[in-house]
Amino acid sequence: MTAPEIIVQGQATIGAAQLFAPLSLSLAAGKWTCLLGGSGVGKSTVLRLIAGLQTGAVFDGSITASDGGEVVPRVAYMAQDDLLLPWATVTQNITLGARLRGERPDQERLQRLLGRVRLTEHASKKPAELSGGQRQRVALARTLMEDKPVILLDEPFSALDAQTRADMQDLAVELLAGRTVLLVTHDPGEAARLGHSIVVMEQSGLTHCPPPTADVPRKVDGLDTLAAQAALLRMLRGEAA
Amino acid sequence: MTRYLPALAATIFAVAVWQVIVSLTDLPKFILPGPLLVAETWWKNRAIIAEHTLITGIEVLIGLGLGAALGVVTAIQLATSRVARVLVQPMLVFTQALPVFALAPILTLWLGYGLWSKVAMAVLIIYFPVTASFFDGLMRTPPGYLDLARTMQANPRAVLWYIRIPAALPNLASGLRLAAVYAPIGAVIGEWVGASKGLGYLMLLANGRAKTDLMFAAMLTLGVFSVLLHLAVRKATARMAGEGG
Repeated sequence: MTAPEIIVQGQATIGAAQLFAPLSLSLAAGKWTCLLGGSGVGKSTVLRLIAGLQTGAVFDGSITASDGGEVVPRVAYMAQDDLLLPWATVTQNITLGARLRGERPDQERLQRLLGRVRLTEHASKKPAELSGGQRQRVALARTLMEDKPVILLDEPFSALDAQTRADMQDLAVELLAGRTVLLVTHDPGEAARLGHSIVVMEQSGLTHCPPPTADVPRKVDGLDTLAAQAALLRMLRGEAA
Repeated sequence: MTRYLPALAATIFAVAVWQVIVSLTDLPKFILPGPLLVAETWWKNRAIIAEHTLITGIEVLIGLGLGAALGVVTAIQLATSRVARVLVQPMLVFTQALPVFALAPILTLWLGYGLWSKVAMAVLIIYFPVTASFFDGLMRTPPGYLDLARTMQANPRAVLWYIRIPAALPNLASGLRLAAVYAPIGAVIGEWVGASKGLGYLMLLANGRAKTDLMFAAMLTLGVFSVLLHLAVRKATARMAGEGG
């Protein structure tokens, strides 16, 4: 599996109103791209367009992969809501994709993933018996079970408490290595920690911001990380960097 | 048990008020028999009442089973086929605008005086609430689940089986709980129109002979039966509704 670069070009309108101006976003192959912005600027719409999901907006443009292959069948998606089925066990939730396609789930892969997200002993529990962090780890395992080269993350960690969020970020970076990742977030700290490339989205368009030089996941208390976080926040608040 | 205590207290209070009214007003017993007389009549006629209750009970249970099955199948058909929705849904609503009770005589004509005209009546009455509530649930699957399924390249039948139906089970449970209350009404209406057995028949018979106490005894038996049925269905659907289990 080689992860392709994904290129989004175009604009989106809702009725007569423009959701976002013509933009060009490229997700570097095998890297994390953080798309940062306030509510309602259309950052989730960009992610949903890549995933081939309904958006309520009309998109005029193109979404292509650098290798010329189709994009939609090669994405896996993870949202802020863990979207675990409450009536299904952890195992059943992780293997949902296979079951929905009428395939036999790969048991070996399942066991390996359960181990890597440290949920082996919770495998037959229902989501209601798990903590928020555990639930989000199930969702991460479900995303990985799909084994897709492109991973779309729509604020998946924003509902977690601070230390669980940092743990999840570390785990996600470790487990998603080598895949093309788009992380949509409103948290400058998260973007500063995780982005190989950081893009701020506003109605007028995209601004590429230089990421800190350290390797991801960057230290929460790294000076570079904190400086980048501050710069991003200033930018979001409309102040000159 | 403590959660039934208030209900029990309210019942005792209502019966006491009833007895007080009867004692104070000295109404003739064919107008309003008191609870003590009704209880006595009930005890004296317990064999007859039991026999008729059994008949009505069988009608109700068969009606409930058939009506629920038909409702479930219809709801799934409607939820999975746009054509079925366009064609059937308006008709379904229209049939609800008709007073089903008016159909009771014709059902008796078609299906005879026996069991099946009453079963049909019960089915007709519960079919809509079961269909409507389950269909509603099937059409309101949380959109996040459907997004997820879409990115997983799911096939629609699997989405129905693994996501839409389980997500709609609480709605089906409330439909079935309503049905448990309506089904006895359907069966009794069927019995009023033409029958030689069942609690509805017994009530009509007692009324015609001015045995108001027996009429009350039969009616209260029907009430108790309906409440027990409702509680049983409630318990049976507790897991479906996501209440523990």
